[in-house]
Amino acid sequence: MKAAPFDYLRADSLEQALHELARHGGDAKLIAGGQSLVPMMAMRLARPSVLVDIHRLAELRGWQVAGDAVRLRAASRQCEVEADAGLAGAVPLLRAALRWVGHQQTRNRGTVGGSLVHADPAAELPLAAAVLQARLHLRSERTERCVDAADFALGPMFTTLADDECLVAIDWPTWSVGEGEVLRCEFDETAIRHGDFAMASVAVQLVLDASGVCRRAAIGLGGVDATPLAFPDLAAQLHGRRIDASSAAEVAQAAAARCQPGSDMHADAEYRRHLGAALLQRALLRAAGEPVAGAAF
Amino acid sequence: MPSCVTIRMTVNGKAVERTVEPRQTLVDFLRDELGLTGTHVGCEHGVCGACSVLLDGQPVRSCCMFAVQADGLQVTTVEGLAPARGRLSTLQDAFCEAHALQCGYCTPGMLVACHALLERNPHPGEAQIREAIGGNLCRCTGYQQIVDAVKLASSQELCHD
Repeated sequence: MKAAPFDYLRADSLEQALHELARHGGDAKLIAGGQSLVPMMAMRLARPSVLVDIHRLAELRGWQVAGDAVRLRAASRQCEVEADAGLAGAVPLLRAALRWVGHQQTRNRGTVGGSLVHADPAAELPLAAAVLQARLHLRSERTERCVDAADFALGPMFTTLADDECLVAIDWPTWSVGEGEVLRCEFDETAIRHGDFAMASVAVQLVLDASGVCRRAAIGLGGVDATPLAFPDLAAQLHGRRIDASSAAEVAQAAAARCQPGSDMHADAEYRRHLGAALLQRALLRAAGEPVAGAAF
Repeated sequence: MPSCVTIRMTVNGKAVERTVEPRQTLVDFLRDELGLTGTHVGCEHGVCGACSVLLDGQPVRSCCMFAVQADGLQVTTVEGLAPARGRLSTLQDAFCEAHALQCGYCTPGMLVACHALLERNPHPGEAQIREAIGGNLCRCTGYQQIVDAVKLASSQELCHD
């Protein structure tokens, strides 16, 4: 349970960090909060020969409004994001998801970008990013590109991020809300203990008009496939409809039918699929202000 | 062979300087280099919370960071919570009064987590106390007494210091 030897370098600038990544190829790894990387190194699932620390780079922390999105710099700590009322107002699903991420002790170190690049299929922030169709800004010493969250995660702990790239910022789309409309979001999950990785998790964001009809919806499930899944086409089926037990069940069943969960000692695939459907149905009803008791399943 | 790094930090109010291997975790640094064995090594992968310390006043897991990452920062261990050698803090006293420890293995982490909670919120409700210790495992399952101890510490019924 002790990490293999490595060299450590605290970068003074993003430029320097990117240079080190380019210089060492796949042997170097960035460390920010380290809440996933350090345990992986302790278990020797990761053995970088160089660690480049970017946790204190001011240029990788903070956020600003950028058009129809909030641009959050990647090494912003989860605890800071969770506590920021302005950010919670602009992207409420982010705070709703963060409450489920690990514990206070891990959120005090862990970063938003770190969670996204670690890409655990049951993690909360990658699900929120997929559902909101966040855009990820990646930089290397020579290139710069922007990837949709849906295209970023390729499989469990596997992303499109190249060895010499750093996730520098995430654009979280902000939804405009018209006269008389309200924005609602729900994040929920089932885990063995609060703070553990979820057996299944759900994220929902809705705009409801004054008469309670859904004008816009985004839905997704985590922990039930190799990556978090968003269902924009199923969400679109809710547009112009009132969300009730029947419409919520219909969409939830259709979403769960597309998942390909794994099985382990805690829950088999069929149970996880059932959990996904039940969590999604309940989250839709709660977000729409409808009673959850007596729902179809 | 990777090169060692000289780091400086403030631990329980005292400036320390050591040259360490980058792979040494903060908890091993505190225990092996500084002899501060109050902080316990439990699971060593961020699950049990026994190694919790305050880093710049915030509770963190000292097994989930390398000592080099704490260079220049302030660390408070369980030894630093007491007002003076041989005395207990109000919270530590409340742990004794409420029988909030059995085997004692989780106790340093529990004290650090609860201390941080009371610094931020001197009168937490039960749900807030349970959330604050949500990242700390007690394998004796003495959670109820730990919650009682935090309530006692915040109730001002103990006023030794």
